[in-house]
Amino acid sequence: MFQNLIDFLLNDFFITGDPLILGAQVSIGLSMVAVVFALTYFKKWRWLWTEWLTTVDHKRIGIMYIIASILMLFRGGVDALLMRVQLAVPQVEFLHADHYNAIFTTHGVIMILFMAMPLMFGLFNIVVPLQIGARDVAYPFLNSLSFWMFFFGAMLFNVSFVIGGSPDAGWLAYPPLSELSGSPGLGQDFYIWGIQISGIGSLATGINFVVTILKMRAPGMKLMKMPMFVWSVLSSCITIMFAFPILTVTLFLLFIDRYFGAHFFTLDGGGNPMMYINLIWMWGHPEVYIVILPAFGIFSEIVSAFSKKKLFGYKSMVFALMSISFFSFFTWAHHFFTMGSGANVNAFFAVTTMLIAIPTGVKVFNWLFTMFRGKLTFPTPMLWTIAFIPCFVVGGMTGVMLSVAPADFQFHNSYFLIAHFHQVLIGGVVFGYFAGLYYWWPKMFGFKLHEGLGKWAFWLWNIGFYVCFMPQYALGLMGMTRRFNEYNFDMGWQPLNVVSTVGAFIMGLAFLFQVWQIAHSIKFYKKEPTGDSWDGRTLEWSIPSPAPLYNFARVPVVDSEDAWWEEKQRLANGGKPKPLAPLEPIHMPKNSAIPFLISVSFFVMGFGFVWDWKWMIIPGAIGVAICMLARSFSYDTDYYIPVDEIERTEAALGGTK
Amino acid sequence: MAQAVTGHDKHGHGGHGHHDEHHEHEHESLKTFGFWMFLITDIILFGTLFATFIVLRFSTDGGPTAAEMFKMPGVIAETFILLTSSFTSGIAVLQMHRGNKKGLIGWLAVTAVLGLAFIYLEVSEFIELVHEGVTIGTSAYWSAFFTLVGTHGLHVSVGIVWMTALIIQLARRGITPVTQRKVNIISLYWHFLDVVWIFVLTIVYLMGVM
Repeated sequence: MFQNLIDFLLNDFFITGDPLILGAQVSIGLSMVAVVFALTYFKKWRWLWTEWLTTVDHKRIGIMYIIASILMLFRGGVDALLMRVQLAVPQVEFLHADHYNAIFTTHGVIMILFMAMPLMFGLFNIVVPLQIGARDVAYPFLNSLSFWMFFFGAMLFNVSFVIGGSPDAGWLAYPPLSELSGSPGLGQDFYIWGIQISGIGSLATGINFVVTILKMRAPGMKLMKMPMFVWSVLSSCITIMFAFPILTVTLFLLFIDRYFGAHFFTLDGGGNPMMYINLIWMWGHPEVYIVILPAFGIFSEIVSAFSKKKLFGYKSMVFALMSISFFSFFTWAHHFFTMGSGANVNAFFAVTTMLIAIPTGVKVFNWLFTMFRGKLTFPTPMLWTIAFIPCFVVGGMTGVMLSVAPADFQFHNSYFLIAHFHQVLIGGVVFGYFAGLYYWWPKMFGFKLHEGLGKWAFWLWNIGFYVCFMPQYALGLMGMTRRFNEYNFDMGWQPLNVVSTVGAFIMGLAFLFQVWQIAHSIKFYKKEPTGDSWDGRTLEWSIPSPAPLYNFARVPVVDSEDAWWEEKQRLANGGKPKPLAPLEPIHMPKNSAIPFLISVSFFVMGFGFVWDWKWMIIPGAIGVAICMLARSFSYDTDYYIPVDEIERTEAALGGTK
Repeated sequence: MAQAVTGHDKHGHGGHGHHDEHHEHEHESLKTFGFWMFLITDIILFGTLFATFIVLRFSTDGGPTAAEMFKMPGVIAETFILLTSSFTSGIAVLQMHRGNKKGLIGWLAVTAVLGLAFIYLEVSEFIELVHEGVTIGTSAYWSAFFTLVGTHGLHVSVGIVWMTALIIQLARRGITPVTQRKVNIISLYWHFLDVVWIFVLTIVYLMGVM
């Protein structure tokens, strides 16, 4: 019995026999021990539980999202570097083919779903309620649930690489390869459940922020007076609401195929693999707009703040954001022009894809005209914004090249495509979220990040980016296709691949600079003197940094776009401060352990399904049901902060008197 | 702006009781609005399943077809039961607006029992199909059939459990703004499932035997 267990653990449960993975297992084990030891030694378990794991405060949830996404950026980045090493020296078998397949799969999934999405949700959480003058999101409990569903989904996905086996059928897991016939191992099941669980969280976040933005704005903030970031979040969340259910169904169908032996996407039994590819891209294409739209919002905020000017073309910007989220649902087939849908279908999707370039172009001009004759300053958030514009324009243009259906037959699945989407996703999404992170960092933590080190990181990222990806356009045109770990020397691809690998390592170095920057800024902590670190324009800068639990002691009344800026101008021009309303008790949601427990139950159930262990599936499912009923039966879910406590807090913060 | 008079609470600055009531109303309408948003996502979910079903409607792989297998009397019975339950859930809401707690609980119970009858018929239909050799693995068509109809059935089952939990809460707490909102939401959900069933009946069953 005991011997059987040991055999099972060594042969099936843990992945053994690969030194790289062994190293990872040892380091994961050691860091878990270290965390447990530190929490116990410093007696922080209770603090962790009450202040973080059960919190429903949007600001803390936002911080947890950001921490998790930076860890995922690290793992996705290591995957990328491993692939680049292999491609620089294909003759040396650094990663054998199976391992390489697993790594490009996890790199893609982690970077999009577990890095970009949570980083985006982190910024939503921190910024949106503050910008619209709200005290929290519409559903704080659901918000916490979303975070924990994401977190445990990500854990379930990540655990596959040391336990059971990584998925290795590509980041979108096309069948028939991802079916049992092509992937009999457990990796694909980890893929399905990890993404499914976190996807439910993302869907809930989408609903939560749509309602927050539509219903929770401060009095006077009409839709057309909202900060542009809030507009971008609205457009992104509407897109989430319409796209994510498709992902849920698609993965569910793949699961039914694998688990119950159904024939949706199999080659036999009348199944139709193309159906999966259509469905997954009906989610997948909107998904890339979901992550890029908020970046556009961030750039709009930053450009306007550091040009000391109102955003140029507010209405056209709103129109551009909303039309992109609409058109994003009509372009999916451009991902498989080569699959033979016929000339008319391809022509339709080519045209819709090109149409998207129009609103995007409008935005670029709006940003440029905002800067035109502005009083420009260049702290790190602005640097990232300036670097984004040319990078994204080039990335967008190569996208238009790819959208030309006949030409796409040449580009399809080549490194030209790889270079294109990395250019829009790094140059657009990553640069955008970094810009946002630097911009709102003082609002989150009450201190700024060190500018000098930030500039080093900025330049290294940018140089590394171009060195890494420009050669890949050329490699694509030279015929190099994606997802191969080996190529022959006589193809002539090696020199450019070596250059590309050097670029990747420069970006890795840039990431280390950012880690150093954060550590340095914490060590030499310098409290921001005011809550208005950048002489900002929107409401989040009108309150202390970090914001108190209830955000606004008094709900602000808004009468213009850039409300905080206008108010500062009015006061500077000798306007009288408006009379203060008396403080009132503030209605706040109570912390809850249920979101954490539901998500743990989902994790248990998902893990059980992966291994097909009924003894684990059933308790997991029961746990989910009990938690939901417990929530339904709990009526004591909120409380009031009394006026004297608000007064004390405000006095301590030196904020509003 | 930031420090200006709020004008937020139109009820003035009365005691806590006042605040509670005001916030509760705001709170409850917010949740109802959110549920409408959820229904949009659920429509997309069913839409995707319907699209899949329609794409695979002829993919029987030479095996049994819908016309050979479907027994319409049971399906018609299911339809009438579910439509009636939608009607009874409507009566429950009317009773609630009259402040009749007993009537509300009674009609919700009738709705839940009709829901159970629907599920019973559906499960028997599935069992009969399996006995006749048609399973989820028979062909793509049957995979799509069991998944689409089963997902609807799962929604109804969740609704029954939810309704039962709500009946207990109503018995304990009576009709309050919170329980009122909950009843409104579940009746919304129940009507929604009824509408989805109309599509299932038309697209899956009627077009299947046509």
